[in-house]
Amino acid sequence: MTENKLVPQNPANGPVAAAVLSCGLGCFLLGVLAVAGDGSKRLASVLNFYNPSGPLSGVTTVAIALWLVCWAVLAIRWRNKSLAFGKVSAIAFLFLALGLLFTFPPFGDLLLGR
Amino acid sequence: MEITLRELVTMIHGMLFGGFFLLALFGALVLLLVQGNPERSNPETASSQPTPRWQTLYLVLLVAIGWAAVLSGAYIVYPWYRAVAPVGADLSLYPKFLLTAHPSTAGWHNFGMEWKEHVAWIAPMAGTMVAWVLLKHRAAWNAHRAIRVTVLGFAVTAFLAAAIAGGWGAMINKKAPVQGGGSIQLMGSSK
Repeated sequence: MTENKLVPQNPANGPVAAAVLSCGLGCFLLGVLAVAGDGSKRLASVLNFYNPSGPLSGVTTVAIALWLVCWAVLAIRWRNKSLAFGKVSAIAFLFLALGLLFTFPPFGDLLLGR
Repeated sequence: MEITLRELVTMIHGMLFGGFFLLALFGALVLLLVQGNPERSNPETASSQPTPRWQTLYLVLLVAIGWAAVLSGAYIVYPWYRAVAPVGADLSLYPKFLLTAHPSTAGWHNFGMEWKEHVAWIAPMAGTMVAWVLLKHRAAWNAHRAIRVTVLGFAVTAFLAAAIAGGWGAMINKKAPVQGGGSIQLMGSSK
C-alpha cells in the first residue's frame, strides 16, 4: 500500500530554479572554456590538468566545479523562495543554447577568426 | 577469438555506458511525457505521490552511466586516441594522427572529435539536473507546468548531446579504431 506524504499545494520553485539555472550556466561555461582553450595556448596549458587527456581535462573539470558551486550557492539562497520561473527558465535555455553553440567547432573557429 | 584491451575498454565506454545512457535518456523522455501529461495524471493526488522505487533506481543508474561514459571516455579512451605518434610509428595505433595525416580524413578529428569531446559533457550535466528535480522536487515538478516543460527541454537536449557524441564516437572509431594493448582471449585457443 502506497503511503502518501502531505506536501504543500504550491511548493516553492526556488530549488528547481537553482538547479535549472546552474545547469544552463555550467553548459555555457563548458562551451566558453572549450573555445577559449582552443584559442589560447597559454590557457590550454593552464587547463592541462591531466596530460594524457590534455586541456579537455581542465575545461571539463573547471566547468563542472563552477556548475556545482553555482548550484549549491543558488540552492541555499533560493531554498524557500518562489521565483518568476519563466524568466529563470528563459535565461537557463539561453545559456544552454549558447553552450551548445560554443561546442560546435565551426562556431568556435568563427569566433577565433579561423 | 581475441580482443585487445583497448578495444574492450572502448566498447565498454561506447556500447555499455554510452549506449545504455542514450537508451536510458530516451526512457526518461517517455517518463517525463507520460507523467507530465495533465490528462493522464490526477492533479489532486499527483503532488502527494512519492517517487516509485523503480524510478529512483532508474534515474540514479541513468546519472551513474552518463558520468561513467564521459569519464571513461575522457580519461581512459581519449588518451589512447590522442597519443602522440613517434616518428616512423605505425599510425594505426595512433587514431588522431592517422586521421589528421590525410586531408580526406582530417575532418573526422577536426570536426567530429572536437565536437564530440565537448558536447558529450552536456548530456550528464543536464541528465543529473533532470534526475535531481524528479527525485528531490517531484512535488514542484507536479505542481508547475513551467517546471515540467523546462525539465523536458533539458532532457531533450541531454538526449541530443548524447546522440551527437555517441554517433560521432561510433563513426570515428570505425574510421580509425582505438586498438592495441594486450590481447584478451574470448573464445577458443590463441593458436
